[in-house]
Amino acid sequence: MSTAELTAAKPAPVRRASPAGANLERLFEGVCFAAATALLAALGGVLVSLAIGGWPALAKFGLGFVTNVTWDPVKDVYGAAGPIAGTLITSALALLMALPVAGGVAFFLVELCPPILRRPIGTAVELLAGIPSIVYGMWGLFVFAPFFAKWVEIPTMGAAPPGSFWETLTQGIPNGSGILAASIILAIMILPFMAATLRELLLTVPAQVRESAYGLGATTGEVVMSVTLPYVRRGAIGAVMLGLGRALGETMAVTFIIGNSHGFPKGIFDAGSTIASTIANEFNEASGLQSSALIALGLVLFLITFTVLALARLLLRDQVKG
Amino acid sequence: MLKRFAATIVSLALVGGGAAVAGNLSGAGATFPAPVYAKWAETYKAQTGAALNYQAIGSGGGIKQINANTVDFGASDKPLKPDALAAGGLQQFPTVIGGVVPVMNLPGVQPGQIKLTGPLLADIYRGVLKKWNDPVIVSYNKGVALPNLPITVVHRSDGSGTTFLFTSYLSLQAAHWASGPGASDSVNWPVGIGGKGNDGVAAFVKQTPGAIGYVEYAYAKQNHMTFAVMKNKAGHWVSPDAPAFAAAAAGAKWNAAPGFYLLLLDQPAAGAWPITGATFILVHSKQTNAQTGHDVLAFFDWAYKNGDAAAASLDYVPLPEPVKALVRKSWAKVVGPDGKPVYK
Amino acid sequence: MAVSATRIASRRVANLAFVAFCFLVTAVALAALSLILISLVAQGLAGINLDLFTRSTPAAGSPGGLINAIVGSVMMSVLGMILALTIGVFAGTWLSEYAGRSAYGSVVRFLNDVLLSAPSILVGLFVYEILVAPFKGFSGLAGAVALALLAAPVITRTTEDVLKLQPTSLRESGVALGSPVWHVIRTVLWRSASSGILTGGLLAFARISGETAPLLFTALNNQFFSWNMTKPMANLPVVIFQFALTPYPDLNRLAWAGALLIAATVLAVTILARALSRESRRS
Repeated sequence: MSTAELTAAKPAPVRRASPAGANLERLFEGVCFAAATALLAALGGVLVSLAIGGWPALAKFGLGFVTNVTWDPVKDVYGAAGPIAGTLITSALALLMALPVAGGVAFFLVELCPPILRRPIGTAVELLAGIPSIVYGMWGLFVFAPFFAKWVEIPTMGAAPPGSFWETLTQGIPNGSGILAASIILAIMILPFMAATLRELLLTVPAQVRESAYGLGATTGEVVMSVTLPYVRRGAIGAVMLGLGRALGETMAVTFIIGNSHGFPKGIFDAGSTIASTIANEFNEASGLQSSALIALGLVLFLITFTVLALARLLLRDQVKG
Repeated sequence: MLKRFAATIVSLALVGGGAAVAGNLSGAGATFPAPVYAKWAETYKAQTGAALNYQAIGSGGGIKQINANTVDFGASDKPLKPDALAAGGLQQFPTVIGGVVPVMNLPGVQPGQIKLTGPLLADIYRGVLKKWNDPVIVSYNKGVALPNLPITVVHRSDGSGTTFLFTSYLSLQAAHWASGPGASDSVNWPVGIGGKGNDGVAAFVKQTPGAIGYVEYAYAKQNHMTFAVMKNKAGHWVSPDAPAFAAAAAGAKWNAAPGFYLLLLDQPAAGAWPITGATFILVHSKQTNAQTGHDVLAFFDWAYKNGDAAAASLDYVPLPEPVKALVRKSWAKVVGPDGKPVYK
Repeated sequence: MAVSATRIASRRVANLAFVAFCFLVTAVALAALSLILISLVAQGLAGINLDLFTRSTPAAGSPGGLINAIVGSVMMSVLGMILALTIGVFAGTWLSEYAGRSAYGSVVRFLNDVLLSAPSILVGLFVYEILVAPFKGFSGLAGAVALALLAAPVITRTTEDVLKLQPTSLRESGVALGSPVWHVIRTVLWRSASSGILTGGLLAFARISGETAPLLFTALNNQFFSWNMTKPMANLPVVIFQFALTPYPDLNRLAWAGALLIAATVLAVTILARALSRESRRS
């Protein structure tokens, strides 16, 4: 409805209002609409090009593509169960580790931090989200891995009683690479992002709500645990899922340290692979069916990410709106 | 303000586009020869003014991109078979030679002290030999204090020409490897962990006592890694060095290899390093633009004449002169739209 | 009384534990993050010198710098940002001012949010399929488009958010004066939201400045200096990626210096964005 009609109906509009522009109303809205549609088309385009590229592999292996463990470029047999499992395990572990820390950092910044430190720490945390991920990868490989092998892997493997569940869980090569090491690097990478989002959410809690809780004599811990956190609960879940989305798609850093073997990982120190690391490792050299299988892997990753993010955004939206 | 800024940038881009030097060439492919191509291109530009931009995107990428016509030439560590060349309408020729070197982390063992054979390597990479003091390994290494350490196998995680050479060699040496994992730029490894690039392999080897990996010769040399001495086809124990790679290349029968499809693995020459390979350039047999085709071949002709010292300084081995002559002869088959050879 | 005293004591302990936890994890997080920053600065500073800004990327063993990559990165980022700002601002405006509660609006808004976090390697593959393969060549333009695709969703989202924060009275007064709605948006809303939109733009720039994967399949890279955006173009992320993995120490040093340059740029941009958003909040 519109102003265009209203202005058109008036015989002599005010001079200042530049009535000639009224003709452009539709055009302007059209341009805006086109831009929004272009975005939609881009996402659709990404999906369609993945589906077309991955089709030969999906058609050949069917459901076996996601359930089979064998990934053999020589015999052209591709089963992605290993990378899919690796992706889900590393992302989940990274999340388990990053979540309490990100929560702690966010609470610290909102409730405990001296105001003078708030901006520097906040900026530092955001800055780390902008470091190229290859830097995280190299740091993980050259600095973190030797430390991790010496102080974590070798002691825990040595301490595991023979035949115990611990021994099964901690089997692998103690050189600082593997599933757990990759999860820790991922956790460090998604931490700044999750902490920043959580902080933004905590800041949306109305001052009255928090102050009345304090006024009733609640301690800082109690205010956070029983007032602010429940207040932003759904949004916080969304922020967590966003962090998970990042972890799922990370390529470079993981590739350096996960050990890159295509089977199911046997323990947390064992080598594994993720979908994104497999694509990064093999895409440049791949041809034919292998290249198609890698694109199909991309499609699987997209669907996983899509689901996670869709869920995250739905939860976040309720929080922001309501 | 923003608008003016945008206009400036766009006009800059357009002016830049117009002023571009004619004869800008682009090529992409194998990672292994990238440093030497970059070196040649740098000198070539200083001498002739013509810029040739080579980018390392992997051999598979090089083959894909020349077939998709997005580059003027492709490069691959893995030679294409004559029928694949014919199908793609491509010509192929070698440029430089390099080798793959087994490296290890064995406390107390010096570089070149440990001796390995092809079958031994295959059994290690299959996970059959599990300890360094296994009697089979000891029998080849009398007098070397081999530690009682488990063998940790390290391989490349990214598809690479290095892996292609290494697994092709294992396939030649051991029937069970040929029928098992096989030869390719990435294979289904029976055991071990994968490192990203030479760096990743080297880092894992350095961090794990008892580890064995394989890297390009230049990398092993620059980083002073503990390497193994290998037994070649003539039965000699050879160290990985430039003369050993050159010996493998010199002894090969290039004139009997259509399309220069030749692996330099396990050559019979007395001093030949067994895991040697050439790296290759791919161009279209029928060039849509004769000038571009001419410029690409002119660059490599220049490199054959003037690039040997640069290659050697980066630890690559230049082609023997007779092979260069054969390649130059083969360029007559690269023709322009008019059907005439584009070069000479 | 006694019961209450114990309760208070236990609540105090619980609170102390909570506060201690927050301090501890913040310290751990900052320690881990500063360790990464320190190794980046320590390794990067070794490669920072005048050559970095005056010479092109060298072959191993030759002197050289990163100027071709710096210029290429700046050109592609600027063009990418212009594209992204154009699409993002218009799309954000549509979502905020025209979409209302329409189903199409919700779909666009939702999918934009998904695109915001899509793995960048997939975006690179897509641009390769639509711009590189059909036009027979890698180009700086394709790189810019890939970067734009990553930045646009960020800008769309920020624009929508900032416009929604503008008071309705602003729109109504404009329309009451007889201006067409589009004119009000252009001259009133955009102007008052401009600093917020700019902040979104800067954040989007921070997001795209370190991306390797989408450029590898689009702009490729260039050993030489070039202004030509229709040909392969040098850029910092791909140079870092390639040089970090070569056996030659001089190239490794350049890779670290390049990574430090990117991080420093992101820092500068983040601080600038913060300052601008503070200003807009004040006005």
